[in-house]
Amino acid sequence: MSLKLLVPVKRVIDYAVKVRVTGGKIDTNVKHSMNPFDEIAVEEAVRMREKKFAKEVIAVTIGPAKSAETLRTALAMGADRAIHVEVPENSEVLPLQVAKLLKAIAEKEKPDVVFLGKQAIDDDSSQTGQMLAGLMGWSQAAFANKIEVSGDKLTVTREVDGGLETIASKLPTIITTDLRLNEPRYATLPNIMKAKKKKVDKMTPADLKVDITPSIETIKIEEPPKRAGGKKVESVDELVEKLKNEAKVL
Amino acid sequence: MLKEAVQKFAREAVKPRVFEMDENEILEKPIWDGLFEQGLMGIETPEELGGAGMSFTAAIIAVEELARIDPSVSVACDVHNTLVNTMLRHHGSQFLKEKYLTRLATDTVGSFCLTEAGAGSDAFALATTATKKGDKYIINGGKMWITNSWEAGIYLVFANVDPSKGYKGITCFVVEKEMGVHINKKEKKLGIKCSSTCELSFDDIEVPAENILGEIGKGYKYAIEILNEGRIGIAAQMLGIAQGSLDIALPYMNQRKQFGTAIIDFQGIQHQVAQVAMELEAARLLTYNAARLKQEGASFIKEAAMAKLFATQVAEKAASKAIEWVGGVGFTRDFGLEKFYRDAKIGAIYEGTNNIQLQTIAKLLRKEYP
Repeated sequence: MSLKLLVPVKRVIDYAVKVRVTGGKIDTNVKHSMNPFDEIAVEEAVRMREKKFAKEVIAVTIGPAKSAETLRTALAMGADRAIHVEVPENSEVLPLQVAKLLKAIAEKEKPDVVFLGKQAIDDDSSQTGQMLAGLMGWSQAAFANKIEVSGDKLTVTREVDGGLETIASKLPTIITTDLRLNEPRYATLPNIMKAKKKKVDKMTPADLKVDITPSIETIKIEEPPKRAGGKKVESVDELVEKLKNEAKVL
Repeated sequence: MLKEAVQKFAREAVKPRVFEMDENEILEKPIWDGLFEQGLMGIETPEELGGAGMSFTAAIIAVEELARIDPSVSVACDVHNTLVNTMLRHHGSQFLKEKYLTRLATDTVGSFCLTEAGAGSDAFALATTATKKGDKYIINGGKMWITNSWEAGIYLVFANVDPSKGYKGITCFVVEKEMGVHINKKEKKLGIKCSSTCELSFDDIEVPAENILGEIGKGYKYAIEILNEGRIGIAAQMLGIAQGSLDIALPYMNQRKQFGTAIIDFQGIQHQVAQVAMELEAARLLTYNAARLKQEGASFIKEAAMAKLFATQVAEKAASKAIEWVGGVGFTRDFGLEKFYRDAKIGAIYEGTNNIQLQTIAKLLRKEYP
């Protein structure tokens, strides 16, 4: 089996940063890094190549110039080459448009598997992988917790609300990664050096004939209300009364 | 990218163990393994020999990022790279480079053995001897205050092959632990506790003549030259201490309120923080500039001395002030800040005491204005 793997990665605000909203906008002048679920996707793809199930891992990102760093991280983790679909700084590219761009790239590159993170930690959409499968008419397995290669099928164990579900996916397929799939490697110094020599192809949405105008408009962004102190209640009756009359949730 | 990679490693792999390693005074094996796996023990070593093939400045950045989390881990990495690896790269025969650089990059810790009980700042007064016997040298003597020596497998030992020539007999030998290096004592220290510092002795140990690093009698020269560079590494470690102190103190000062005000909002405190931050930035620029000059092959001795001197002063001040700013909690070991205060002190002493740095700078200035 010598699969070709495509791994989209997204540059997001670092998980450890405390996000601030100023003047109705998110303060983006903070540390950014690769979406943690995408790191898991890159790791899984690289491991498949190391086990000789795959022959090539291609990382792709849709983002401004700065996203080149995210691609370099993927290359330093072991991806063989990368594609950078460059968009203007501060442009919003929503899941549907990302899926359309990935479709255009997949039609050119013809991968056997597209590994995506289950969701990006900035918008928590959890849509791109599924939309891509829909657009391409491919099978999909989201929230993957374990992946086994058997013959020309992938057996994927998914984390679902009721527990775990195991399905057999025919290739080509889309897989989105969940937290427990693997633990991503660190980019070692020798690999960082090697990454500098790996190929990165640049293109624009126009080259792929995709319109990235958002189909959804963001009307308002605000921080969640500050948590006020709680109250202790003496009885269930009092609790019900407060839930009814003060919190108004009953 | 390198900076982020080291930060990630330091934050995720090293940070959880810092407290324990300091309390137990041991640099745990998983951290050593991690350093090797990340390529942090062969930063400048060429790729063909198993290293990362990166620049001196890359090493400096790595040392600072490690020190931000644990100055002990940082110095272990710094000495191994900027003293041991570099000595081999600069002066080793092809035979020695191939024999040892790969081992040093992949699994063996290195140690730089110059100082003795009677030879600190006056390194040339060293008394360890190396007597020729056929195609071997018999080394006798002892070393003190040697970093990494507990875990090391490879030691660069400075010994005199001809004491009648004074310091011009000092020669550097690559000694393997199995040749008979004996550890007399592991020191219990004020700071950088988990970085091993031992007293060594050599009792008639036999070292093949081919393990002489560079030329006979040039050891003194190699030592001075390498310490000029190594100094920049120590400056980087000190920057990490200062930065690490601020990393812990400032977020706390944002949250901690007294008199209805966050500590960071008191103007008196703000002025002190601004002063320290400015001095740290100045120290950083001194350090990076010295690294740049060295990489370009320009003269850098004065700048390296200034960088080490100033960075150690800033580190001591930053750590000390940070504890004052956060108050009582800064005095507790659990909080992690007092460790930086203790770790900073060694900066003024090793790789050339601060008093010697002042001498060096003064001497070089005098030459500029004859």
